[in-house]
Order: sequence, then C-alpha cells, then structure tokens
Amino acid sequence: MTTAVRLEGLRKIYANGTEALKGIDLKVEAGDFFALLGPNGAGKSTAIGILASLVRKSSGRVEVFGHDLDRDPQAVKRCIGLVPQEFNFNQWEPVEEIVINQAGYYGIPRRVATGKARKVLQTLDLWSRRRVQARSLSGGLKRRLMIARALVHEPPLMILDEPTAGVDIEIRRSMWAFMQEINRAGTTIILTTHYLEEAENLCRSIAIIDDGRIAESSTMRALLQRLHRQAFLLTLKKPLERLPEGAPVELGLHDEHTLEAVLGQDQTLNQLFGWLDRQGIEVLSMRNKQNRLEQFFMDRVQKRREAAA
Amino acid sequence: MTPDTRDVQAGGRVRGTNWIAFSTLVIKEVLRFSRIWVQTVLPPAITTTLYFIIFGNLIGARIGEMDGYGYKEFIVPGLILMAVIANSYANTVSSFFQAKYQRHIEELIISPVPNWIILAGYVTGGVARGLVVGLVVTGVSLFFADIRIEHPLLTLLVVVLTSILFALGGLINAIFARNFDDISVIPTFVLTPLTYLGGVFYSISLLPPFWQQVSLANPVLYMINAFRYGILGVSDIDPAVALLLILGFILVLGGLALWLLYRGVGIKN
Repeated sequence: MTTAVRLEGLRKIYANGTEALKGIDLKVEAGDFFALLGPNGAGKSTAIGILASLVRKSSGRVEVFGHDLDRDPQAVKRCIGLVPQEFNFNQWEPVEEIVINQAGYYGIPRRVATGKARKVLQTLDLWSRRRVQARSLSGGLKRRLMIARALVHEPPLMILDEPTAGVDIEIRRSMWAFMQEINRAGTTIILTTHYLEEAENLCRSIAIIDDGRIAESSTMRALLQRLHRQAFLLTLKKPLERLPEGAPVELGLHDEHTLEAVLGQDQTLNQLFGWLDRQGIEVLSMRNKQNRLEQFFMDRVQKRREAAA
Repeated sequence: MTPDTRDVQAGGRVRGTNWIAFSTLVIKEVLRFSRIWVQTVLPPAITTTLYFIIFGNLIGARIGEMDGYGYKEFIVPGLILMAVIANSYANTVSSFFQAKYQRHIEELIISPVPNWIILAGYVTGGVARGLVVGLVVTGVSLFFADIRIEHPLLTLLVVVLTSILFALGGLINAIFARNFDDISVIPTFVLTPLTYLGGVFYSISLLPPFWQQVSLANPVLYMINAFRYGILGVSDIDPAVALLLILGFILVLGGLALWLLYRGVGIKN
C-alpha cells in the first residue's frame, strides 16, 4: 500500500521557546480517512501547518506520497489540499474568483480552471452564490467555499482542520457525506476535529497528539475494542424512587426518570434489559452517556495530566 | 481518482505552470485595484487637476519659464512620476498587507508557486496600477499643458523601472508591517517628503549651493530628472547616472524582498 504521509522525528520549537512537537512519528496510508485528535495546544495545527508548508519545522522528516518536503517542496504542495481552521480567503473577492485563482496557483490554465471551479461549486451548492463577495456568505457556506478551493486542483490528500466547527447540524451532515464521497473516490483525508463522534463515525485510523507527542496511533476499530466500559442513559416510562437490588450491570439513578447503566467488556445489553423487564421497569429511550472515543480521549488526557502533576 | 491526480502523486508537472501562476496573480491584482477605482485611479486625477489649477494657472503664470519651459510644462513630468511612485508603492503595500491581515497569503504559501513568482506577480500588479494612474495623470496634463515627448524610449524605461522600484519598496514595507499604522508610516514620513523635495515643482539650480548638494542625496530627484529629460529633454542630473541608480536600487530591494520571502519573514511561523 502506498504511504500518503510519513512523519519521522518531527519537531517544532517556536521562536518563543515553546516546543509544540517533540519528535512525532506518524504514517498515513493512501486512501485512508485519518483522524488526528488532541486537546487544544497539543500540536495538531503545528503538525498540519508543517505538512502544508505554513510552518517551518525545526527538525525531522516529512514525506507526502514519497516526495520529501525538504528536497521537493513543490511536489509535496501539489499533493495537498488544505481546509484550514480559520477563514483565510479574501473576503472582498467573488466566490468563483477565489476558486479559479487557487487553481491558477497550481498551474491550471484559466479556461480549464473555470470549468473545474464550476464543478466543485456546483457539488458544494455554491454555484448560485458564485458572483457574491465571500464575506456575504454564512459561516457554513464559507466553510464549503474553503473545501471547494482546496479541491479544485484535485489533490490526492485533503487535510481538513476542524472543517465542521461552528456549522449547523444539517450542513455538518452534508459535509460528512461529502467527505466520505471524496474518500471513496480515492482521496486520502486527514481530519482534525473536536467532535469525537465525527471522528468515530468517519475515520478508519486515528492518532492522538498530546503535549507534542503521539499518545496513540492505531485503527479506529482496534482502539474502540480496547475500551472496557460504556455508559448509557435510559429514560424510564414511570418514575422510579429506588433501585432494586441485584442488577447484572452497574446502575445509578440520576433522577426518578433517568437511569445510568455502565456495561463492562463482558456484559451485554440483553442482560440489562432482561433484568429490567423482570423488575417491571419500562424504558422509553436510551443513549450513550458519552461517546466511546470521547471517553477514551478523556482518559488519555486525564492520565497524562496526573502523570505531569 | 483522475489521471491528473495520479500525475500529481507521481510528481508530474505541467509545463508553463509558473507562467499560469504569475498571470493569475497579475489578473487578481489588476482586478483588485480596478474594482476600487474610485479609491485608486480617480484621486490622482483630481489631485493633478488641482495642482495644475493652483500651481500651473494661478501661481505658475507669475513664475515664468523654468529650464526653457513654461511652468505648467515643467511640472508635468514630476506630477506624472509622483503619481506613479505613490500608486506603485500603495498597491503592493496595501495588497500584500491585506493578504497577510486576512491570511489569504496562505493561498500562495501552500500552493507550489515559487517565491520569485510571488514577488514578480505583486510587483507587476504594482507597476500596472502605477502605469494606469500615470496614463490618467498624463491625460489630465494634456488639458493644461502642451506636451511633446523628446525621448519616448527613455521615458518609458524610466517610468517602468521607477514603478518596479517603488512596488518593491511597498512589498518590503508590507512584509515587515504588523498593523495598518506600519503601512502608512513610510509613505507619509519618507516617500512624500522625498517626492516633494525631489524637484517636482522646481529645478535644483534655483537652490543655494548647499541645498543643491543636500538634494543630490535624494534618490527621487534622480528619477524625476531622468523622466523630465525623457519628456522635455532637460534635467539637473545626467540621465545615465539616474538609470544606473534606479537599477542598483532595484537589484538591492529585489534581492532583499526575495530573501525575506524565502525566509518567510512576516508570513510564516
């Protein structure tokens, strides 16, 4: 399998002495949908900045589709489409021009770029707004514009830095569908997000950066299988004043209508519901108390903080 | 995955990409100042008209001839070049600083556009605005003065080189600028005094010997006089010396700007 991104011993020390990356090693396979997670200030944006040539690395090696960033930065740049965290287009320029110009920077002739811009703007439902100044778009449409701009030169690697931050659920879901579609078409995707549900649903591989180091790197499936406990919140049909004894799983009563159930690795929902049925407790609905990945993530961060303390 | 994408992965590169990137940048720059023509092209036309009404008609009539020309004709080259200098500088300093401020300079940094193309694109944009404004001012001047260009090629050479030089100056200013004050300091406190004291409205032969020598330290004097020589055929300075000086400055500032872009000063972490 081709390797899309290989980072070796990547370090970054900023001018103020902050060591944002402490020698990270990371591999992303071609065609993967890869989640890069970490708390604020962990080093995610620095790593992405280095990949995209926005930040100079202090040391280490970066390779994108076999092109070395030091030896052939232009080839690396041609492989990447970046959707940054913050809006970084000319707010006064018309939408279509922003996309056509970006294509031009990648050496696509204007006539061809116009056709490509039309295609991506139509795909992202921006075609009807193509002549308006970018500043007049809503937050969600601005995010879509950045995706359109990043896609126009058809990069084999897309890096999306919190692409769904601050957008409503409808746009977020349409963006998820779109990301899955381009990934299925062969584009490798690296996604950073604070919505861990998003990462769990979309990504096949995951790395967690914490304090400038890779704290975890594996497939999403392998990582989730390692989780030992899952918590659920159950809404009860009738009020319950006191919990009956002898529950097969760990139970707690939040209020008279809400029951919390924590299941260990070997416990099943069937056991829980069988017992509830026998007790005459009817359940109206059930939801995860915490997203599984979120639980894992918080455990990792907590452990690191305890170790640091 | 399209064949284009596979080509990109393999490091494939279409010939002429630098030219396409350059022309994209120039078109973008020209569209930018054209869209805001009321701020960019119109003011110099109004200012020049006022200069001609006040200095040319009202005061100039009492001044009489200067270097063998009527005062209105004498000030035409200086007024044109003054507008070219100010607008070439203003275009790059404001455009590049805005790109930094709104962070859309990142569009260029992440793309495979070499630094020298970024430099050439922005400078050409500055030259384009300088020349457009120069033509507008020339058009206004023709309403007030009778102008015949003595040395057309030299005139063109001086105006283009001067425009390149100040577009480079504007770019360097923008690279270092951290806020909007930083982009107005040089034009207000350096460029304007140098231009006004650079012989736009007078010949330095009118000055006492000491101030004549002081004036020779002003590089803008050389440019205005070389341009005046191109149009009127009279100058306080040897045009060859002026051309060498402009070329020297272009090499120094061009080299500096390119080095700053390579180092990522002001634009990269």
